[in-house]
Amino acid sequence: MLGKLSWSDIPIDVPILVGTFAGAAIAGLAVLGLITYYGKWGYLWKEWFTSVDHKRLGVMYIVLALVALFRGFADAIMMRSQLALAYAGNPGYLPPHHYDQIFSAHGTIMIFFMAMAFMTGLMNVVVPLQIGARDVAFPFLNSLSFWMTTISFVLINISLFIGEFSQCGWLAYPPLSEQQFSPGVGVDYYIWAVQLSGVGTLLTGVNFFTTIVKMRAPGMTYMKMPVFTWTIFCTTVLIMVAFPILTVALALLGLDRYLGMHFFTNDAGGNQMLYLNVIWAWGHPEVYILVLPAFGAFSEITQTFSRKPLFGYNTMVYATCSIMVLSLVVWLHHFFTMGAGANVNAFFGIMTMIIAIPTGVKIFNWLFTMYKGRVEFHATMYWVIGFMITFTIGGMTGVMLAIPAADFVLHNSLFVIAHFHNVIIGGVYFGYVAAMNFWFPKAFGFKLNEAWGKRAFWFWFVGFYFAFMPLYVLGFEGMTRRMNHYDNPEWYPWLLVAEFGAVLIALGIVCQLTQLYVSIRDRNLAENRDLTGDPWNARTLEWSTSSPPPFYNFAVVPTVHDLDAFAHDKEAGIDTRSAGGHYQPIHMPKNTSAGFFVGLFSLILGFAAIWWIWWLAAIGLIGIIATVIARSSNNDIDYYVPVSEVARIENEHTRNLQAAQAAE
Amino acid sequence: MADAHTDHSGANHGSVGSYLTGFVISVLLTAAAFGIVMAHSFSPSGMLAAIAILAAVQIVVHLVFFLHMNASSEQRWNVMAFAFTIMTVFILVIGTLFIMHDTSINMMSR
Repeated sequence: MLGKLSWSDIPIDVPILVGTFAGAAIAGLAVLGLITYYGKWGYLWKEWFTSVDHKRLGVMYIVLALVALFRGFADAIMMRSQLALAYAGNPGYLPPHHYDQIFSAHGTIMIFFMAMAFMTGLMNVVVPLQIGARDVAFPFLNSLSFWMTTISFVLINISLFIGEFSQCGWLAYPPLSEQQFSPGVGVDYYIWAVQLSGVGTLLTGVNFFTTIVKMRAPGMTYMKMPVFTWTIFCTTVLIMVAFPILTVALALLGLDRYLGMHFFTNDAGGNQMLYLNVIWAWGHPEVYILVLPAFGAFSEITQTFSRKPLFGYNTMVYATCSIMVLSLVVWLHHFFTMGAGANVNAFFGIMTMIIAIPTGVKIFNWLFTMYKGRVEFHATMYWVIGFMITFTIGGMTGVMLAIPAADFVLHNSLFVIAHFHNVIIGGVYFGYVAAMNFWFPKAFGFKLNEAWGKRAFWFWFVGFYFAFMPLYVLGFEGMTRRMNHYDNPEWYPWLLVAEFGAVLIALGIVCQLTQLYVSIRDRNLAENRDLTGDPWNARTLEWSTSSPPPFYNFAVVPTVHDLDAFAHDKEAGIDTRSAGGHYQPIHMPKNTSAGFFVGLFSLILGFAAIWWIWWLAAIGLIGIIATVIARSSNNDIDYYVPVSEVARIENEHTRNLQAAQAAE
Repeated sequence: MADAHTDHSGANHGSVGSYLTGFVISVLLTAAAFGIVMAHSFSPSGMLAAIAILAAVQIVVHLVFFLHMNASSEQRWNVMAFAFTIMTVFILVIGTLFIMHDTSINMMSR
């Protein structure tokens, strides 16, 4: 009846998990209780959960990303604390079985549910506004993507309290991840969570690619597209190319585990080396999927706060496109030591070094944008400059690792851990936080507190160096990754320094939460409100509408005359909004709960398949199909916003604008 | 939305006839692949080559009859996207063959 599930799968003998469960249950009940107390369920359901508005979905994605950051960071600081304790006679507080789950969950959550969700949230909030569109090409698919990502994150967290998570690292290498060596449900949790969220990611890729190709405002040719939109464009191409590879790799692993096949097993003709090859053919484009949007955000922020157009727009676009193509031909550098030989290693080593060139071009573009600009040291610029320093160091250690001979020394050591955290925290995370600070007033109509933003930056920046520079040293001293315990007295002091860095980063996260709290508390102060819609005197179309934008984004679709359309219009004295013009009824999609229900049934399907509860899996699958059929046969999916409603909203914003101008 | 669904330039929708033609050809190609394997028509490597060729033909059939690809000028986007796809598939397939071939020589994994 319940498949493999039994009472012994509930880890009541692990005090840390019981404590976590109690904490999560109390916090969860408190949130649910508060929502009920204030009677907000109807509001949440109607305005958010069933929304197909790209701005609302973007905000929900970023909330999901921040929750995932909290979970992923909790895992990180537990690992650092274990290694600060587990020296010589002390076994530490995490037994290997638990420790292995923690490092697997940390990587999986940070990549799939923190970084990917944050990136998708940013592109949702910004891209349609930036290209002058009223929504994305497929609003319902957008909602479906969000719910697939969310339920996958829920599924991964269920593994904390029911059963176990994978102990095979974030990419679940076979043969360790095969049934023979991992007979538990951990790897199945991993496979189902990643596969279901992969559906959401792939649909997002298709959706935004179509949106950018088909729905740009009149006059916006490709070479007049803002850089952030360009980077999202290249990212969506990479998503469409790379994610199917991940799906196939994990599907084959799933066939091995569920149906006893032998794609990657030790025996019966399986070849685990093929899994490495296939998973990294996805894995390397994936890191560029994450970092390209961050590059786009840095470009927008640098030009806005340097008060001049981006230096070398064309080279920036070409560099982005070169990275897009080159990222497909470097994947072997993740397994130089597999034994493919000198020819293969030389080819992929050289390709890896070449990809540093367009990235270096970008760094110089940002530096020259700042050069002779009137640089305003806004909190977002702190993250940009911190990124340039940190990312350059990470890039250089990356080129070191690209030398196959050096990689044979450093492979699987903490040097590698230091390198990819150096580029992912210094590049991806700093970029997303800068973007969140930059576009927050656009999404909500008030600015984030700058003082707390700068404090968060300093803790993150300094904390990063304390936490990860010691790992470079430890890598040279021969410490391998994923260790649970060690005896080497040379390593001990460095691991204490790294633990100190992790504590500083924790304070950085506390500062970020405080920043959010303080900003929401002070949102009505005059200096924090954004009445004009253009708080930074920025250059692109999203700033030409109100903050937060009306649900239809633009009453009159703007016409683009030049690169940086809004800056051009401001200089030429053109009213980009066409305020007071002749409005037309606006065609908009209706909200739908179908995405939520497909997600819910997918969660049931995933959970049931993990525990081999086949009748429940059938219910989940039938539910998904029935919801899709019901949605497809519903023709009542759109409506027209009447002119009077458009005029009312637009006139209100015009009054706000005039009041703001009068106050200056 | 912005009336995107009324804009069909760059994609024609085909007819029942073209879908049926595509379907019949696809079924024949699939049946042929199964038939070759079930009847052991060729040597093992010959059969591999035969089903690979049939699969490639099937891809073209799908592209033409179901995805409506052709060389007309409105289709520039589709053709470009297709060329990019071909490039990435070649990178992946040739790269994988290169890597796995050299690995199996050096590591004697076969």
